[in-house]
Parts: sequence; structure tokens; C-alpha cells
Amino acid sequence: MQAGSLRLCLKLALGATAFSLWCGVSLLIQVAGDGPVEYFLGNWREPFGVGIQFRIDLLNALVLVAISSVAFLTAIYSTRLVREETRGKEALFYSLYLLQVTGLSGMTITADAFNLFVLLEVASLTGYGLIAMGASRRGTLAAFNYVIMGTIGASFYLIGVGYLYIKTGALNMIEIRAIIAESGLASDRMIHVAFILMTIGVWIKMAFFPLYGWLPNAYTYSPSSTGALIAPLTTKVSVYVMIRILLSVFGADYALRRRTGGVVVWLAVIAILAGSILALAQTEFKRMLCYLIVAEVGYMVGGVWLENRMGVLGAVYHIVSDAAMTLCLFLAAGIIIRQTGGYGYAKFDRLFRRMPVTMAAFCVGAFSMIGIPPTCGFFSKWYLIQGAIEAGRWEYVAALLISSLINAILFFKVIEIAFFGAKPAEGHDHGHGDHGHGGGEKIVEAPGSMLFPLLCAAALILFIGIFNTQIADLIGRALDAFPVVGTAK
Amino acid sequence: MDAIHSAAPLWACLASLLAVVPIVALGRWPNLREGATFLAAGAKFAIVASMLPLVLDGKVIEFTLFQAAPNAALAFRVDAFGIFFALIASILWIPTTLYAIGYMRGLGEHSQTRFFAFFAVSLSATLGVAFAANLLTLYIFYEMLSLATFPLVVPPRRQGILPGARFYLGHLLGTSVGFALPALIYCYVKTGGGSLDFSLDGFLAGHVSRGESVALLLLFAFGFSKAGLMPFHSWLPNAMVAPTPVSALLHAVAVVKVGVFCIVRVVTGVFGVDLLDEFDLGAVLGWVAAFTVIVSSLIALSQDNLKRRLAFSTIGQLAYIVLGIALLTPMGVKGSILHIGAHAFGKITLFFCAGAIFVATGKKYISQMAGLGKAMPVTFAAFFIGSLSVIGLPPTGGFLSKFQLVLGTMEAHQIGLLVVYLVSTVLNAAYFLPIVFRAFFPPAGAGAAPFSWRNVKEAPVACVAPICFTALCAIALFFFPAIGQKLAAMMVAAP
Repeated sequence: MQAGSLRLCLKLALGATAFSLWCGVSLLIQVAGDGPVEYFLGNWREPFGVGIQFRIDLLNALVLVAISSVAFLTAIYSTRLVREETRGKEALFYSLYLLQVTGLSGMTITADAFNLFVLLEVASLTGYGLIAMGASRRGTLAAFNYVIMGTIGASFYLIGVGYLYIKTGALNMIEIRAIIAESGLASDRMIHVAFILMTIGVWIKMAFFPLYGWLPNAYTYSPSSTGALIAPLTTKVSVYVMIRILLSVFGADYALRRRTGGVVVWLAVIAILAGSILALAQTEFKRMLCYLIVAEVGYMVGGVWLENRMGVLGAVYHIVSDAAMTLCLFLAAGIIIRQTGGYGYAKFDRLFRRMPVTMAAFCVGAFSMIGIPPTCGFFSKWYLIQGAIEAGRWEYVAALLISSLINAILFFKVIEIAFFGAKPAEGHDHGHGDHGHGGGEKIVEAPGSMLFPLLCAAALILFIGIFNTQIADLIGRALDAFPVVGTAK
Repeated sequence: MDAIHSAAPLWACLASLLAVVPIVALGRWPNLREGATFLAAGAKFAIVASMLPLVLDGKVIEFTLFQAAPNAALAFRVDAFGIFFALIASILWIPTTLYAIGYMRGLGEHSQTRFFAFFAVSLSATLGVAFAANLLTLYIFYEMLSLATFPLVVPPRRQGILPGARFYLGHLLGTSVGFALPALIYCYVKTGGGSLDFSLDGFLAGHVSRGESVALLLLFAFGFSKAGLMPFHSWLPNAMVAPTPVSALLHAVAVVKVGVFCIVRVVTGVFGVDLLDEFDLGAVLGWVAAFTVIVSSLIALSQDNLKRRLAFSTIGQLAYIVLGIALLTPMGVKGSILHIGAHAFGKITLFFCAGAIFVATGKKYISQMAGLGKAMPVTFAAFFIGSLSVIGLPPTGGFLSKFQLVLGTMEAHQIGLLVVYLVSTVLNAAYFLPIVFRAFFPPAGAGAAPFSWRNVKEAPVACVAPICFTALCAIALFFFPAIGQKLAAMMVAAP
């Protein structure tokens, strides 16, 4: 690709994502002030065709801001990486990248269950492409695996929507809920089936244990800038979709008051523990992060099915905070892989001295995953555990704490290597002064265009943590719109 | 009680945290770098001391940083107990810095910049705990302290490196996240998302049943495992691989005292003495502590490594403090608070001595120290004074605090616990005094070849001067106990 058109391409991508960030933030401000915003695309209302309706309340405005922030930061981050990792395919990369962001944002703000499927497919198909784009052949295989699993998930969801349409004749989320409530369909078997199919569909999409098989390889072997976009967003948006279906389509009283919670919380407990333990078994840093995503999905699913306000609030807060943490860690991982040329833990050898800025940001992300205040990871657990104690779900409390401890082991294993060196027994310790350095390789900090997004992500983690009261307050107001979970005790 | 709003507690905390910047920047010029540490230590002490008159005047100093959760802010509140602890920690940082210079340079230690930088961060976290206004703030700084001391627990010259540091962090984080955090959140939920602020009568009264209280009390007592209650004590002996200045200030004063400080805060500020008395829970905590007192003293007897013996002695002395608070009587609480101070000066002296011996001779086993007293008279004289203070004999501050603790057991009619204190005193004497005795009067011709100490001199002045200072302080606490007594009395007296 020619240098001139590449530069234009970068500018377009940066401009587009910056604009969507600006829109996201101003929407959040508007919604927080004046209440939900509705918009019919092309002003085509329901009776005249398939209405494409967007409806933005506080819940999805928050998620939208998270999406657009991640997209913007990763776009900056990718400007140099794309030329290295996907040489000659820059235009393709950015087309898919922007479509991916479109799909995810659309899923978040749509008010229509069928449109959601379409946008889900937009996001998924572009995701497959982005993952397969890397140089590694394992990435291609992983993408193929993901295509199959993702398609199954999307089909489950679509069939569920079909059943709902047959029964209610509506696709608009709020209408469906109103019809179910008015016509007493709540005990209808077909609605149950639709509910189960749609839930399992999104579970596959979010890699809820044991439906996580596609995730680790797909994220590990994708190009770094793809990983930093997809890993923080795809699973989190799917969690949001799940919450949206539960609250807006079926209604919290339908979805959460059927004693299904007991089973699902146990599934979440298993997801958390299994994800953490599998992460322990990994020998590569990025793969370890992927298994942690599986554990974090367990946090959120469990939080939602605690069936109380605090649990759902914690889950939504965790969507935002986990997006920031995952972004920070994947950005750091990408930088480290680029600068050191490898995936293994040993590559972290004394990185604190060689790449102090990267490692400082990395530590913020790691502390957040462990749950050390005042990072946002601590406050996620703070809200989720409160919900669990209120609900009396001690197994979930225990799972959260165990996962924190396992995260501490995982990350301190890395921090230790980065701080003290991988092989302390070896003679290359100079012993005197503070400027010991191992080996002769030149490992230096990444360029500013990669460090800047990383530092922003680290700052976001602290910001979300420090202002957790305000964010929780916004989420609380969002939940007030829904009966059952909305009523504070 | 009058409250004054002032940022002084924040600055007291930040003084050492901000010092990290010049310490790292001046890494290439050790003298300037240590100058920055001294400057920070002086500033920190001055700020803390400037708050003392106000607190003695019966006022509290408050400062809120930000709202961390509904009704629970990250906030500072300086009261008598907090300032007492902060004074001890900040005054001892000054001699420790001097000592560290002598020690680290004497041994040609690696990574000195890292050492001084993280030392400064640890002091910030310690003051944060001392000034914490509520349970959440306390917990946040408690965790910060665990993390900040992690890079310090590295053995000299990296022999047999990290298992110590790993064990250290794993143990401290494991217990605080596993026990203290759920207890904290449980309190928050039970009080209906209410305030977690410490108050003189506690805030849990009326919110929890007796069974819940037992569980919460034990979760807190074991969760704040920096206090070293058995069976969660083993991180401390393992942390002794660290350079001696770390063992001295952090693992005899700052870190471990933060542990007991947290437990004292939980007993007095969260439960309230009255609630625990009503549920009759003092005995539960008391016997856990009593067990630790006796068992750790017995283990200390069998340790030949001087620093490990000191570590087990510390575990016992920390349990003294917890035992005192568990008596739930005014005298017991007062004794506990005073003992935090008395033990700090005594034990830091002992560690300084152990380090000085190591710098001068390279010896760390007690069996190798026979006859050493003639070569290092000042060090061993100080060691003797430190021992007296820890055993609780006059003329040292340890006598006064232990006396009050014993009075507390009588006030509480706990004769069993009185016996524990007395037996433990005998054990303390049994594991300390022979060291001094054998140093000055080596058993003639006994055992291995008698060492010739003719070439051995005292450690560098930078090591010996702090030893003299802290030893004199330990004595001064006996003759001038007024400030400590007054602050401790303020904690006990109802407002």
C-alpha cells in the first residue's frame, strides 16, 4: 500500500473512532440529563417496514462509551503495529476494524431483537476476519474454529428470536415484554424455549464456561491490535446483550425469578474456578489472559443471576471495569511481544529496568485483576460480593476470593520475573549498583503511539475505580427503569 | 470532640511517597539520594509532631480524599491512637535510614535505590493505616503496605532468592483477601451500606448476632495476619531473609504493628468493647493470643539464627498486645497501646544489634557469638537494654506497659491469662539473657574452638549511632512516659 493512501487510511480510522467516542460521551451526558433517547433510522416506523430503532438509556450509553474508548485507543495503538503485522492489508484491516466497532456499537444501542442478530453477525464476521489476518497459521485455524462456534451461537439466538416472533408477533424488545406480560404468555412453553435458546446463544458468544473453547486460541494468535480491540469488547458486549435480553425482553421478574439462579450461579462459580485454574496451567502470557477472560465472564454471569439489584449493578460495573483492565493488559502484552519477540513468561526477564513505563501500566492492570484498591477491579468485587452476601450465595463469594488469589499468583509470577529476573541463580547478576542488565539484547520502550493508549488505559482503570460511586450511581439509575431489580431494598 | 479539617495527615502520608521521585532520580549519587530520604523522614516527623499538640488538646484532625463507596470515603482521621503509632513509625524512620546507610554500604548490597524507594513507600502506607478514618481506608493502605514491602524481602546478594518474597506476599495477600475482605464487606452489608467509620463504641452493635460476631472477629484477627497470630504467623520468620534494616523497622515495627493496630481498631472501633463484652468474646481472642504467646516463646528458645529468634519473639510480643486488647478492660487497652511503643523501641534496638554484628563479623548464629561482647561492647550493651525492654524489666518502657497489661488481667479477673504473661516473661528472659551473658562471659574452653575476636571492631558509626539512640529511647520511655500514657488514656476514656 502506498504511503500516502496508508496515511489517509489511518487518519480516517482515527477520525471515525474519535468521532464515535465524542458521540458516545455526549450521548451519555444527554441521557444522564434528559432520560432515554430514541431514534428511528430513516424515520421508518414499525407499520411501514422493518423499523430500525435505536434506544439509548443509561445502561447502554455507559457500554457505548466503553466500546468507543477502547476502539479509539486501540486505533491509535494499531497505527504502527498494522504496518508490521498485516503488511499490505492495511486498508482491509481498517475496514474490518471499523465495521467491527459498528457492529458492537449497534448491538449495544439497538432496541430490536432481530436487528441485534444482524449486528451480532456484522461484529462476528468482521471478528473472524480480523483474527485470521495475522501472520500466524494458528490464527487462521483459531478463526475457523471461532467461525463454527460463533455461528452456532448466533443460530441459537436467531431461533430464539424466531420463537418469540411467532408467539408475540413483535421484534421490538419493549413490545415483546409488554405482550408477554399482557397476554399471560409468561408460562408458555415456547417462550421458555426461546429464553433458553437465546441465553445459550449469548453464552457461546461470551465464552461462558464450558462454551469457551474457541476463545483462547482466537485471541492469543490474532494480531496484537486485533486482540486489544476484540478481547476487551466482544465478551463484554455479549454480557451486556444478555443483561438486555433478561431485563428488556423477558423482564427481570420472568428471567430471574424462576429459581434458575441457583443453577446458573453454580455454573458461574465453576466458570470462575475453571478459568482461573486453566490460566495457572498456561506457559504463555497472552494465553493466560485469555483464560482469565473466561473467569471474568463467570463473574458477570454470576452477578446477574444473584437476582438482586447489587448483583446486577456489580455485573454492569464489571463490564466497564473489565473492559478497561483487559484493554490495558492486552495492550501491554502486545507491546511486550513486539519489543521482546516472544510469548513466554521468560520474555519478561527484568523488564522493569528496560521498559519501566510499560511495566508500570502493566502493574496497574494486574493489580486491578487481583482486586487491589483503588483500582476498578477492587470495586467490581466490592459490589459483586455485596450482592452475593445479600443473596446468601457464599459459594460465589468464595469463588471470587479464590479467583483473586489465583490472579495474585498469576500476576506476581510475571511481576517477579520482570522485577528480579528470570534466573536469579545465574552469574550474570552484576550485583553492584542499580544498573545491572542481563544479556546483550537491546530491549527498549515501544514508540509513543503505543505507550500513549496503554497509559490512557491504566489511567482509565484508576479513574473508574476512584469514581466508582458516581458510575454505580448511573448504573443504579439505569436499573431503576426495570421492575424487580430496580427497587432498592 | 472537636474536629479540625486539615490536609496535614495527607501531607504526612505523602511526604515519603513523594520522596520516591528524588530517590529514583538521584540513584546515581548515593549521598544525594540518602539526603532525600533524610529530608523526607525529617519532614514526615515534623508534620506528624505538629499534629500532636492538637490531638493532646482533645481534638481530631479530619481529611477526606474522595468518596470510595456510598457512605465510605477514603478519609483520614487523626486521633490519639493514630498519632501515637504515627509518631513511633516516623521517628524511627530517621535512625533506621542512618542505620541502613551503614548497613547497606557496609555489605555492598545491590539495588540500593530500589531499597530506599520502596522503604519510603512503605512508610507512606504505614501512616495511611495509622490515620485511616474507616475500615475501607484501613484496608486499602494495609494492602498497599503488603505490596510495597514485597520488593524489600529479598535476601542479600540474591542467594536462594524468591521463595521468601513469594511466601511473604502470598501469605499476607491470601489472608487479607481471603478473610479480612469478606469480613469487611459483610460488615458493610450488615450495616445497610452504612458508614464504616471507626467510633469509640464501634458501629456493629445492633447489626450482628453473637455467632456472626465470633466469625467476624476471627476473620479480622486472622485476616490482618501482619499481626502474626498463630497459625498465620509463618510469613514473619520467613521474611527475615530481608536486609536487617527492613527486618528492624518493617518487621519489628511498621508492618507487624500495622497488623496489631488493625486488630485494635477492629476491636475498639468496629465492634466496640461493650459489644464484645456483651457477647463475651474477649476470651475467644484472648486465648488465641495466649496460645501464640506461649508457643512462639518456646519456638524462639530453640532458634539459633539470631534474627529468627527475634522474629519469634516479635510474634509473641504482638500476641501480648492482642491479648491485652482482648481483656476488654481500660487497663488492658491502655497497656496494649503502650506496649506497641515500648516493644517498637526495644525490638528495633535488638534487630539493629543483630545487623551490626552481621556487618562487623558476618555471624548470624547465636552459637557463634560467645565472647563477642568484648570486641563489640556498645552493641551488646544496647542488646542488653533492648532485651530488658522486651522482657519487661525496669528501667525500660517495656516494664511500664507490661505492668499495665498484667494489671489488666487482674481487672478482668482472668487469672489464667495473668499466668500466661508471667510464664512468657520467664521464657523471654530465658531466650535473651543467655545471649548477652555468653557474649561477655564465654564458657571457658567449651565446645568449638574459641574464636579470636582481636581483629573484630564495632560496626561503622552509621550503624552504632542509631543503636545508641533507640536504646536510649527505650530507657527514656521509662522515665518520661507521660505523652504515651496520656494518648493511651485518651483512647480509653469516653468522650
